[in-house]
Amino acid sequence: MTHKKGYPLWEVFIRSNRGIDHKHAGSLRAADAEMALQNARDLYTRRSEGVSIWVVPSNQIVASDPDDKETLFDPAEDKVYRHPTFYSLPDELEHM
Amino acid sequence: MSTPLAPTKNDLYAYTLRQADNSMVLCQRLCQWAARGPELEEDIGLTNIGLDLIGQARSLYQYSASLFDRPVDENDLAFLRDPHEWSNLLLVEQPNGDFADTIARQYCYDAWHLPFLEQLTASNDTTLAAIAAKSVKEARYHVRHSSMWVKRLGDGTEVSHRRMQDAITAVWPFIAEMFIADELDQRMLEIDVGVDLRALQSAWESQVSALLANATLSKPIDVKAIVGGRQGQHTEHLDDLLLEMQALPRSMPNHQW
Repeated sequence: MTHKKGYPLWEVFIRSNRGIDHKHAGSLRAADAEMALQNARDLYTRRSEGVSIWVVPSNQIVASDPDDKETLFDPAEDKVYRHPTFYSLPDELEHM
Repeated sequence: MSTPLAPTKNDLYAYTLRQADNSMVLCQRLCQWAARGPELEEDIGLTNIGLDLIGQARSLYQYSASLFDRPVDENDLAFLRDPHEWSNLLLVEQPNGDFADTIARQYCYDAWHLPFLEQLTASNDTTLAAIAAKSVKEARYHVRHSSMWVKRLGDGTEVSHRRMQDAITAVWPFIAEMFIADELDQRMLEIDVGVDLRALQSAWESQVSALLANATLSKPIDVKAIVGGRQGQHTEHLDDLLLEMQALPRSMPNHQW
């Protein structure tokens, strides 16, 4: 995907105040990592959404092929025993 | 002779109004970039800074209004004063020009505004100190943002370098005014309410010189200073700015949404 000025695309991940993981927030254009972080701050944290930002060049992300969806994901559907719902969890165990 | 411990109400009003006017006028300039930014991302970046500034302006206008001898509110101060009653620095009213002009104006102001606010957090006036404490974090980001662009454009392409250099040259006559203390500044300084403007100068110069050198830009020399903003003597650009900004409240007084 080309842009009129050639700024590459970046993916933005934000960790919210109470969150323990960074979640995908969206994407943006920036010339380099420093600009990407500043832009991410301006675009995706202006309503107090986050306390930490990751930016990743979009072309560094390797994605699964949508055509592989059935092959990759359907076989898991009838294997309910893989969910840990058949065990009782100790109360001390958080973030499950 | 004993030193008065508290400023007169009039002095505190006028002093607070100066700072409010700086934030308000610069905010209005930045808002003029909305939907015209060089990039979608920068469009939001600039207007975010504008929003920070209008937040600061509102706090300062509310405080000024509470000190005025007639009942007024923040809107009266922002929307019903004529150009000669405005006391902002000439720098902030200069037109947006191209993106480099906006960045030059912004960086020169940010590099002054941040240490100004840092000093103001120690003001004897607790309201001014509290407003400064809130604003200082915002200003820290502003200077990071604008200095990044000075460096990028200065040390960028041939065209961006030329434009950035022209922009620095164009704002330079308005720099000296930031460090000139008039009688009001002096009185406020003596009672530890106001900021020591002269003391800001050497740090500003060394910081700005370092960035300009880093950005392969040269510092203008032998520039004749243009001053007068604090005394209400403005460049013609403030007239246009206020005409646009005040049009609605003036044509529909007391209008409610």
